[in-house]
Amino acid sequence: MKTLVWVEHDGAAVKDATLSAVTAASQLGEIHLLVAGQGVGAVADAAARIAGVGKVHVADDAAYAHALAENIAPLVAELMGHHDAFVVPSTSTGKNIAPRVAALLDVMQISDILSVEGDATFTRPIYAGNAIATVKSSDAKLVLTVRGTAFAKAATEGGSGTIEAVGSTGDKGVSTFVSSEIAKSERPELTSAKIIVSGGRALQNSENFTTIIEPLADKLGAGVGASRAAVDAGYVPNDYQVGQTGKIVAPEVYIAIGISGAIQHLAGMKDSKTIIAINKDEDAPIFQVADIGLVGDLFKIVPELTSKL
Amino acid sequence: MKILVPVKRVLDYNVKPRVKADGTGIDLANVKMSMNPFDEIAVEEAIRLKEKGVATEIVAISIGEQKAQETLRTALAMGADRAILIVTEDRVEPLGVAKLLKAIADEEQPGLIILGKQAIDDDNNQTGQMLAAMTGWGQGTFASAVEVAGDTVKVTREIDGGAETVELKLPAIVTTDLRLNEPRYASLPNIMKAKAKPMAQKTAADYGVDIAPRLTTVKVEEPAKRSAGVKVADVDELIGKLKTLGVVA
Repeated sequence: MKTLVWVEHDGAAVKDATLSAVTAASQLGEIHLLVAGQGVGAVADAAARIAGVGKVHVADDAAYAHALAENIAPLVAELMGHHDAFVVPSTSTGKNIAPRVAALLDVMQISDILSVEGDATFTRPIYAGNAIATVKSSDAKLVLTVRGTAFAKAATEGGSGTIEAVGSTGDKGVSTFVSSEIAKSERPELTSAKIIVSGGRALQNSENFTTIIEPLADKLGAGVGASRAAVDAGYVPNDYQVGQTGKIVAPEVYIAIGISGAIQHLAGMKDSKTIIAINKDEDAPIFQVADIGLVGDLFKIVPELTSKL
Repeated sequence: MKILVPVKRVLDYNVKPRVKADGTGIDLANVKMSMNPFDEIAVEEAIRLKEKGVATEIVAISIGEQKAQETLRTALAMGADRAILIVTEDRVEPLGVAKLLKAIADEEQPGLIILGKQAIDDDNNQTGQMLAAMTGWGQGTFASAVEVAGDTVKVTREIDGGAETVELKLPAIVTTDLRLNEPRYASLPNIMKAKAKPMAQKTAADYGVDIAPRLTTVKVEEPAKRSAGVKVADVDELIGKLKTLGVVA
């Protein structure tokens, strides 16, 4: 089976999510990559070095500069004329593009796969991760989005893919990019961090996030996450959100501070290797999934923990 | 401008889903069902656009069993003008739903179709994008702000790492994210009034659309259970555990 993997990039480097998608694709067959964007020569070179990669299709055109689904989907649909599967990381870009491609091909997409069980059989989470469904496709071509935390990352070196330019399918003229606001952070990216310190509504305000959560995270070299309640209350920006509707993470250690553990939040972090919960309510649902729990006031415990580390 | 708002009846988000013992699915007998939370946000946004004078009519649409009437009545009570129910007892996938919605869009000629970004039962996040592909319209997915100006709509989208704004030609597709708005509650007088609002009943055959599923569910299982954890008494004991884990030296 020939698979085409969407390369998630920021214009300069290949993002980690791509590497998990490559691993998923390698379980299906031959791996081809698609690098689309404007001025993406360096990205294409990096993509060609990913272990196991065959061909790297490069679509370099202004129409692809901001990965608008309206322009990208027809390009992918055309390339799918000689591929059997389109494999996409479950990033916001991937989730935006893949279903548009699936509909153009008249196939049903399988979202957020956790494992490859056969040529056309996959597992995926439903109901906020409260159930795992095994589904089999009867479509002629597959469109899959891949949950990054469920697959190991392919090695970034060792491959020798051949780079091949593909012609542009042009600007469809129905959408234009206006602007973007990317939150700046010195800390490790949430979805790839080994340790995550996450805060909830109990933090009470954004100052407490800065003075209590962040120093602990910095001491541990950890990424900072948050529950939806903390995001909605405006303590932190929304891209900190861990959960069904935010980011799905699976770090080595997840430290949940002042987070009750609602279904929605657990869906985003319950595959973490070790979960540590600090909460004053000993009946909080978070303690049902936590490996290590400490019942008490976070305003006393966390500063003490930070100072003793 | 007319706005279409597709809504889905799903297991209430507060209910913990239970996997059926025979592994065929989730037990939905005698459990509370309600409107998918993202769809409530979609209905609310459509109503706000009507209140601003941008929209003239709001049509709520649902596809599913007869009980989906309740979900449509909720949309009507919030402020939608009329409803269309496509009755089917069969499982319909996003691809089939998008095809039915495309047929309705051809008939109704809306300026905007606002959908939720995903349904909290299947967690697919596909229908809006698929409908956009079928209509050829622009898509503003995961919207946290929507601003109609003339024959375009500006949509601010929640993306990994922050937000981005795109401008789409109308007609267009928008899918809602959680922060787009706070949906209103239907008042009792409005719930009463909603009973008199028109609700058309159709079938998939009326639109000549093939909605046969492409995917077969082989089985549905409970996720692997986490083994029971331990509680520690104080910070020193917690640090001891962190050392065992190798998190701190």
